[in-house]
Order: sequence, then structure tokens, then C-alpha cells
Amino acid sequence: MSATYQPRHAAELRDGDRAAEQRQAGQKPLGGIAGWLDDRTGAAKGTSYLLKKVFPDHWSFMLGEIAMYSMIICLLTGVFLTFWFVPSQAQVVYDGSYVPLQGVVVSDAYRSTLAISFDIRGGLLIRQIHHWAALIFVVAVFVHMARVFFTGAFRKPREINWVFGTILSLLAAIEGFAGYSLPDDLLSGTGIRAMNGFVQSAPVIGSYMSYFFFGGAFPGESIIPRLYSVHVLLIPAILVALFTAHILLVFVHKHTQYPGPGRTNNNVVGYPFMPVYIAKAGGFFFIVFGVIALVSAVVTINPIWAYGPYDPSPVTAGSQPDWYMGFADGALRLVPGWLEFESWGGFTWSMNIFPFSLILLPAMWTLIGIYPFVEKWVTGDNREHHLLDRPRNAPTRTAIGVAGIVMYAVLMFAAGNDLMAIKLHLSINDITNALRLLFFIGPPIAFWITKRICLSLQRADRQKVLHGRETGTIWRHADGRFEEIHAPLSPLERWSLVQHEVAEPLQLTHEVDANGVARPAARKERLRAKFSNFYFRDRVPTVTPSELEAAHHEHETHDSQVEAAHAPEAIEPAGRP
Amino acid sequence: MNALAARRRHPAAIALLILVGLLITGGAYSFIAPKDANASAAAPTASVEEGKTLFLGNCASCHGTNAQGTASGPSLVGVGAAAVDFQVGTGRMPMAQPAVQAPRNAVKFDEDEIASLAAYVASLGPGPGVPDEEYTTPLEAGTEENNHAIAEGGEIFRVNCAMCHNFAGAGGALTRGKYAPGLEGVDPKHIYEAMVTGPQSMPVFSDTNLDPEAKQKVISYLKAQEDATNVGGMTLGNLGPVSEGLFAWVFMLGILIGAAVWLGKKAA
Repeated sequence: MSATYQPRHAAELRDGDRAAEQRQAGQKPLGGIAGWLDDRTGAAKGTSYLLKKVFPDHWSFMLGEIAMYSMIICLLTGVFLTFWFVPSQAQVVYDGSYVPLQGVVVSDAYRSTLAISFDIRGGLLIRQIHHWAALIFVVAVFVHMARVFFTGAFRKPREINWVFGTILSLLAAIEGFAGYSLPDDLLSGTGIRAMNGFVQSAPVIGSYMSYFFFGGAFPGESIIPRLYSVHVLLIPAILVALFTAHILLVFVHKHTQYPGPGRTNNNVVGYPFMPVYIAKAGGFFFIVFGVIALVSAVVTINPIWAYGPYDPSPVTAGSQPDWYMGFADGALRLVPGWLEFESWGGFTWSMNIFPFSLILLPAMWTLIGIYPFVEKWVTGDNREHHLLDRPRNAPTRTAIGVAGIVMYAVLMFAAGNDLMAIKLHLSINDITNALRLLFFIGPPIAFWITKRICLSLQRADRQKVLHGRETGTIWRHADGRFEEIHAPLSPLERWSLVQHEVAEPLQLTHEVDANGVARPAARKERLRAKFSNFYFRDRVPTVTPSELEAAHHEHETHDSQVEAAHAPEAIEPAGRP
Repeated sequence: MNALAARRRHPAAIALLILVGLLITGGAYSFIAPKDANASAAAPTASVEEGKTLFLGNCASCHGTNAQGTASGPSLVGVGAAAVDFQVGTGRMPMAQPAVQAPRNAVKFDEDEIASLAAYVASLGPGPGVPDEEYTTPLEAGTEENNHAIAEGGEIFRVNCAMCHNFAGAGGALTRGKYAPGLEGVDPKHIYEAMVTGPQSMPVFSDTNLDPEAKQKVISYLKAQEDATNVGGMTLGNLGPVSEGLFAWVFMLGILIGAAVWLGKKAA
């Protein structure tokens, strides 16, 4: 390409340079402060996207909101607590206003927590709000997780968000542990002591790890300041970042919805954020805050003054972690002690502790995290799902979930075995043995029962679609027979009961290729077919239109007979001449 | 009535019905429930003779006619008056039936009879006597000296007692159905006697181990804790995080889900 130089005036060269700017300045889509802000940040587009965001109405979609709000409450109250809390294990003599501890040598962390509780205006209320909100935060996270699991909301394209949520729940539990360890009271010190034991139980590197965490021998003076950094800085930062990603993905994926008339995989039926959900969700924040504040005002949580300061020698009966760490404590209470052994050279292998503390936590959360990928592999389903499953329509998944919850619950209840023993007047040994047994037989039984319940609910749905809803009206026939009258469902009601698809087990394709040679993929496929069979072997077919037609036809002839027989009595007013 | 009947299928109806049922049952029970007998007598008079008669009539079937012990009950020679005063004075003895542990119960004897029984058992061999009132009177909080004594009692309690009786004296489980009972509302004298005699699974805290002043401090700490206002509100039984977790799951989550259901149903 050749260019020929042509002299031009400078002004000519600038022609049109400013046209775009002038055009931009002329456009004023937004006025006032909003416009000013949008000109400088370009926030209008995102905000309008947010405000138009549609949320479907269902109570179970608000469980995650409980978690979000209680997390925000924790952040707010936590800031207040940092103003007064001193993360130091330096020993001081307590001289605050709580009489039964005056003159006792305590750590500065404990002294400052006592000060928050007794000497700082509103301190105890804020402390209790912080702790109750933390408990309800983890509760809500788990319940939200259960909702997502049982409705199959983790399916494509939401697997990553499920993994994010899994990590969030693990972080929430660790954050809670770090938090309740800070006051350095007798109970939390016992918890740190237990944590030290878990760390030490790791083969070979255990004692080194313990020295690393504690900056020397237990208890040392470093663990509280370190846990403090973890609790107020490290984990909250990750928690908030991951939570933001979690929410952003919800926006990207759009909200899932329960099946119903007019709801498909390609739409979301609900109300926009502005003005409906901003009121509902905003109002719910105040409900959550209100309930937590009310409970914090009337119910004690973690009475550190009653526990007393930490001292490695005493321990109190009823030493348990907060509930979300209870399952790990329970696992340790169930594991028999004889799993510990000594090898040559006099090394102790704490197999009574190590697998059920250090391994248990990552193992449990890994199992939760990989479930969507396991199910995807089994079903081979590569489609996007925005319509939720009703739990009964995925019997095997629901049963797996319930079995897992039973297993978890057995461990969690085991952590309270001593309290069950005194409150129910039972022997702690019997309770422990019963729970050991239940840990193994409970989940299979729960699996079987749940699956059967799901299948029979499906059959009930099928009956309802074919024969209508029971009205509670009993008719007596001329020949003395009784019959309950069924009212037909409206098409809208019917749709929710027939819309789901019933998956068939995958069929094994040829195990040999065209030349009669065994295919290398065949073994994997056999396994997959086996799993698929396990998932979808038992199923209840949905009602087809022709079945419905046939059932209606039958009813019509039947009903007309009934009506013919009863019409006079039904219509005639009772004997007034 | 019609308006009520029309609402009988309201979702809240069953919850309301259960609530009303519970209230009626509970209310009715509180009227029918047996009341505690309250008998108080001043300065018990003791007589070994009468004690022996009582012993033969009420205790000998297990402890033997000479209190030498049998297969069903230990020997009482040398347990001292304190043990009798504790066991009978808290209703643990005579036991209603064989069990892993004698539970606290309604007291079956009046103070004179208990003193007589104690005098008889004390006559069998030397043992700890009923403690002097000087040491069973809890120290009153207020002066700095007493406050520090109470705090010291707390330290002694946490080191020696809390592992079974719980940090707040709410009690705790032991093996095979045995338990450390709750300490709330227990007579200071009985707490002292328990420390000095070591009833059932409890170890003995002798005077060389915890001197009488230390025992008094422990008692003072327990009473000070009992008398203290619950600054944080209801204590949920002072049982630690288990009851807190249960409360969060049942009540808080329950209320919040109720609110969510309400919001979800509410029209836009």
C-alpha cells in the first residue's frame, strides 16, 4: 500500500474529533444525583439489571437469606467487639465488677471479654447477638444447603456455586471455632486443648504442627492473637469474597424455581427486586435481626463468667463445642480407644483420634462438594436445569441426602451423650453403644424408608391426577355401598404433578466393538450402568395424556350413573310442602 | 362458633390446638401434682438408743443389724455422723430400690430422727461429724476479703469439682448411669458433708486435702453464683453449647422459617 502526502490544515485534521464527546454530553438518560453518579461510574446499567432481577416466591428460597443476614449481623457486631477485645494472653489480675472472679489471675483476653460483658454499656447484648447470630448463620447455611440438595438446584449450570457454598459452610464452621476460642474461658480453652490434641494425632508431623500453631508448647501465649487474626481478618475476607461470588453466580445463573404452570427452564416466574423483593428481602433482614436481638436480650449464650478463666488443669462436665463442631466431637466419643497402637521404636499411632478429627472434616466436606459431579456422571445428564426437582421425584437422591443427614446427626447427638444420659436417666455407656450401632445401621434404614416414602408419594400424586382430589364427601348408593367423591384437578394443579420426567437407567451399550474386540471403555460403562440402575431402578411413571383420557372416560360414565341415581334427592329441598 | 368452625382447616389450627392442649395438661398437672412437705424443727435432740431402733427398722435390711454391711449395703462403721446426716438428710437413704446410685429424694425422717441415727452410727466408730455451722455459713459478698475468698472458692471448685458437677454446678454424667448431681439449692451443710464423706462415686476431700476454710469458700462460691442475677437472661440450664445449639435449631430457626413462609405466601 502506498500513501501520498497531501498537505492539509491543522483545523481540518481535527474535524469530527469532538463529535463523539458532544454526542455523549448531549445524552442525559438520568438526571440528578443518579445521573451524576452514572456519568462517573457507569453504575446505572448494573443497578437497573439488579432492580429488575426476578425472584420466585417460595419460603425455602429465603433460607440462604437468613444466612446472609446473620452474617451481616455478625460483621456489624464483630466490629463493635473489636473496639474492646484485647487478644492477649498476658496474665492480669481481674478487678472488674463481676464479684466471683475478683482477684483471680486471668488472661487479658478473658479480662476484656468480662469487661465487654459487665462494664461496657450494651457490651453483653452485642456479644450475645454476635454469638447467637453466628449459631443461626451456620444453621441457616446448612438448612439452605439441604434445600439446594433436595431440590437438585446444584445441577448444571450451578455445580461451581455448590462447591463455593460447600467451602463457605466449611469456612463458617472454622470461623465459628476461631471465634468462640477467643475469650480464653475454661470451655474455649478446653476446645483449643482438644484442637491441639487433634493436630498432635497426625502421624509423624503432629507434634511439629502443634509447636508451629502454638508458637511452642501448649498453651503458650500466641494462640489467641493468632486465632484473632484468623477470626477477624483472614476468614472473614475469604468468606465475604466467596459469598460475593456466590451471589454473583446466582445473578448470572438466574434463580431456580419450583415447577408449575408457565414455568420452564427458560424463564423465571416471580416478582422483580424493585419494588417487591426489596420490600420482602429488606423486611426479612429486620425480622432476622429482630429475632436474633430478641433472643440475645433474653437468653444467655456462652456465659464465660460462669465458665471461669482458662487454666490447663481443670475441665468442666458438659464440655462441648458449638453445635457445628459437635459432629467431630461426637465422632471422637464414639470411636473405640483400642484403635491406638504403638509400633516398633515406641511410636504411638493415634488412630483413635486422627482419622476422626483431622481427616473427618475435610472428608465430609469433600463428599458434599463432589456430589453434583458424581450425580452428573451417573445420570450422564448434560442439560441445564433451572426447574427444581420436587424431592419425591428424585427418590434416590433424596434418600442419599437423608441417609447422610442421619449419619451426621448420629455424630452430632453423640457429642451430647453425657447430657442425654443425665437428662434422660440413661447410662452413658448404653447411649454410646446405641449410637455406634446407629451410625452403621441408621443411614441404610433411613435410605430405604425415605426412598419408599418418595415412591409412594409419587404414586399418590399419580392417583390424584388420574382420579382427582378426595373431597371428604361420602355418597351412599342405593345398594348400600359407600363411595367417596373425588373432584377432578384443575389443569393448573395437575401440571405440577405430571411435568417431571422419569429417568430410565442407562442401558449398557455394546461391550465389544464391530470387530468383536472388547472395548476399553466397557468396564467404566458397566460401572456407570450399575450406578444408574441403583438410581433409577425404582420409578413411578408420570400420567400420560392417554392414561388421563382413559381415566376421565371411566369417571364420566361412572359419575353419570351416580348422578342419575342420586340427582332427585340431591336437588330436592328437604320436605317442605 | 361458625366463624371458628370455618377456620378449623387453617394451617395454624393444629399448632394452636396442640398449644391449648399442652397448656391445659400442664395447668391441670400443676394443680394435681403433690406438694413438698415442709417441716422444720429447731435444735434436734439426738439419742443413740432411739437411733438404734430407727436403724434396725429402716436400714438394717441392707446394712446389717450391727451396721457391719451386707452384700446389698456397705458397712457403716467409721462413716461418721456427717455421712448419715448427708445421706438421710437429702433423702438418698433409705433407698427405695436397688439402683446404680441413690437419687436425691423426699426426706423420710425429721431432724431429731436423723440426729439420732447419726448419733448411733457415730457411736460405732470414729468418723467425720456433722460440720460446725461456722464453716457451713456462706460468706457474704461485699467486702474485698470476702469477694476474694469467693473467687478463690471458684478456683478450687473449677479444679476439683467442675469436671463432674459442671462449671455452674448443674451436674454431669458418670459411667453406666451414675451421675454427679446438680448442686443448686443444696443445703450448705450437705455440700460440706458430701466433700468430707465422699458419698457414692464422689471422692473424699479430707481436711488435709481441702481445709474447712477452703470448703467454706467453695460453698460461698456456689451460693454466690446461685444468688447472682443472670445478667445474660435465661440460662438454658447452664449446660453449655448443647442447649444453645438446640435452642438455635428449634426456636430461632423455627421462628425464622415461620417468617419466611409468611413472606413467601404474602402477595406482592
